[in-house]
Amino acid sequence: MSSSRTSVEQGARRGRITAAGVARFFQTYAVAVMIVALIILLSFLSDSFLTVQNLINILNQNTPLAIMAAAMTLVIICGGFDLSVGAIFAVGSVAAAAIALAVDPLAGLIAAPLIGAGLGFVNGVTIVTLNIHSFLATLAMGLVYRGIAILITGGTLVPVRLEAFTWLGRDRIGPIYIAVIVMVAFAVLLTVVLNRSTLGRRIFAVGGNEEAAILSGIRTRRVKIIAFSINGFAAGLAAAIAVSRISLGQATAGMGMELEAIAAVIIGGTSIYGGQGAVWRSVAGVIMLALVNNGFNILNADPFYKDLTTGLIIVAAVAISASGRKR
Amino acid sequence: MQTARPEQEAGGNGAGEPFVRLVGICKSFSGVSVLRDIDVEFLPGEIHGLVGENGAGKSTVGKIVGGYYSRSAGDLFAFGEPVDSWDPPAALRRGIAMMHQELQLVPALSVAENVFLGIENSVGGLLRDDENERLADIAAFAGFDLDPDALAGTLSIADQQKVEIMRALARDARVIVMDEPTSSLTHDEAERLHAVMRKLRARGHTIIYVSHFLDHVLDVCDRVTVMRDGAVIRTAEASNETKATLVAAMIGRSAAEVAYPDLPPEPDRSGTPLLSVRNLSTETGLLDVSLDLFPGEIVGLVGLIGSGRTEIARAIFGADAATSGQVRIEGMDYQLRSPRESVARGIAMVPEDRRRQGLVLTQPVRPNMTLPHLDTFSTLGLVRGKGEKAHAKRLIEYLGVHPADVDGQVINYSGGNQQKVVLGKWIMSDPKIVILDEPSRGVDIGARRRIHEFIGETARRGAGVLVISSEIEEITGLAHRAYMVSDGRIIDEFRPSETSVDDVMWRLFHEQGNEGTARKAS
Repeated sequence: MSSSRTSVEQGARRGRITAAGVARFFQTYAVAVMIVALIILLSFLSDSFLTVQNLINILNQNTPLAIMAAAMTLVIICGGFDLSVGAIFAVGSVAAAAIALAVDPLAGLIAAPLIGAGLGFVNGVTIVTLNIHSFLATLAMGLVYRGIAILITGGTLVPVRLEAFTWLGRDRIGPIYIAVIVMVAFAVLLTVVLNRSTLGRRIFAVGGNEEAAILSGIRTRRVKIIAFSINGFAAGLAAAIAVSRISLGQATAGMGMELEAIAAVIIGGTSIYGGQGAVWRSVAGVIMLALVNNGFNILNADPFYKDLTTGLIIVAAVAISASGRKR
Repeated sequence: MQTARPEQEAGGNGAGEPFVRLVGICKSFSGVSVLRDIDVEFLPGEIHGLVGENGAGKSTVGKIVGGYYSRSAGDLFAFGEPVDSWDPPAALRRGIAMMHQELQLVPALSVAENVFLGIENSVGGLLRDDENERLADIAAFAGFDLDPDALAGTLSIADQQKVEIMRALARDARVIVMDEPTSSLTHDEAERLHAVMRKLRARGHTIIYVSHFLDHVLDVCDRVTVMRDGAVIRTAEASNETKATLVAAMIGRSAAEVAYPDLPPEPDRSGTPLLSVRNLSTETGLLDVSLDLFPGEIVGLVGLIGSGRTEIARAIFGADAATSGQVRIEGMDYQLRSPRESVARGIAMVPEDRRRQGLVLTQPVRPNMTLPHLDTFSTLGLVRGKGEKAHAKRLIEYLGVHPADVDGQVINYSGGNQQKVVLGKWIMSDPKIVILDEPSRGVDIGARRRIHEFIGETARRGAGVLVISSEIEEITGLAHRAYMVSDGRIIDEFRPSETSVDDVMWRLFHEQGNEGTARKAS
């Protein structure tokens, strides 16, 4: 091969790699780019947007959803879906309130994530023993859990007027809300689990190619059960924060949150086909949705356009991640 | 049908405008160049072979002609006219059809419905339901005898291919690209396919025949284009080529280097077998399978596709449950079998289909290699990146994986290098028993050689190797001893050194024929 030809090739290859590199950058960081663009746009449109207080509020308000989206990432990477987390959130919410009143405020806050983990475990066991798709299993179990939440309350609201119950949702350490610290710690923990632990590897393998995972000696059922348990735990933890914040347990809490969590994961660019994804991106997806929301509020825009915009953003996110699969 | 062409064009003598012409075609996938400056002409009425190692780009050329891949640069001419936007429907409209390696039929539809899928005759949106009559013409033309009402999903691969061919004919395709059509066919079925191809050629059709099987290519092609590393090495008359000249051009080395490596020394068979299987039966169709594997021995399993070879491997490994029978490892009972337990006991199984069963394609090389042995690379559930990386690196070097990058994206690797990654995944823990199911299928010659060397090295270090292959030559070239498998049973045992390939082949086909008649009688 002559040297002139190689240099031409190298030149051409360098050009292609940059083009492909740009595409890959956008796929990986699309959500981050969109967040930056939104922040810039909203800063120009409204003076009240780019204030420390507003940004802190946005983050704080969305900690429950961010926690749920972070854990949902694991389930989706594992090749599953969880439509029951909204209902688990409701059970966690009313259970925390009831236990806080009957036993102790702290016990209530601790019980919510544990109950959530238990319900998630039931989801996982249902899926692997009946060998049904997680979509169906969690759709059905979600109804069951919602029913349990209503049974616990008897259909009434459970107000908790206890000082010792509200710290988790309302207090701050210095300028930072405890809830935000909990959310960040949880997301970091899940990131470590996903990227550094044997469990994380196995979650990627089960979602990427279940048969190869089985033939590699991985107990794929156990991996799925763990992923769903973690997801339940997260819904319970989110409920503890939310119920502590509003001091009110209600069986209707968390309606539609499962879809918001899934939407955030998808906006973040995690593949709904499993085997690929990252926790931080889902948290970024939540922030993205929150910014759109906040933008509409501070601009006093017609809320009709809010759903429309959110929908278009999801379509755009899916389009970007689908473009990576094209040949 | 407008396929009748002047007779003088048939035979591929180079007369007339090429049906398809590629000029300076380049193609790259996410920055990796896979085709460089491809110039080929496919003439009217010729069978044109495209050969090369895996990753040489022959399938990519086929898919560009068929419209499945877009080209990055260069010009494509169809029937003399330059084509611009090119996708499968556009290609079909111009009369170019593609038959994929993985056939693309709708399993729940009948033969006739599949053939006319998308071009049904209808009146005001209602089907006229005349597919069977229309099919009769095409079937007669091609000389096929298929039940038009049979569901495509119930047909053999060979019959499904016939449906694909008729589908191309139904659309008046004058050029048919066939990507590895014989890879899942028996010898006889391949012969029959070749007869159909000759018939199509005689009627003026052009066939682009992408294949690994050089014998098949030489048997049926008029001209052959050899590719290597994404470039065309040469296009020549098939009559001027031999298997040796093609191989030499494909790998850029002489064919002598492609022979099988030396057989490891005869093992000692007086002691306890490493693996001993007695009367194993399963729901997957095995019946009373008994076999032995001694330390340092390479044992082959030969049989036709569907004979139960793979099922034997899976039952031993614990991937399928057994209904009765015994498995012993070094004399110890191993009854509660599972893939996990097998890994723990030092059994490795490299499965048949590396993309579906071997690799997690969404993950890079390193996690794929360490997947079965994660516990040895972790402390308190956290993976130790350094140790893992070092081991993956060592295996990549040992097996010659290219690119030699521990975090390379395995989905973009060639078949041979993917297979090396799968091998690496399994030998990381130095298993005692290595089961290899079709280890060199769809693998280039360089990788194949390396895999064969690896099999010898594994036996030399005292492990037992059970090799399954559709290529009987591969077993006779590699194994000390072999079993013939037919209809879920082991029908015979033989020494490759004392048996010819033809004898084995005859025996296997004879056995299959017997079952066929027996089944019809019952």
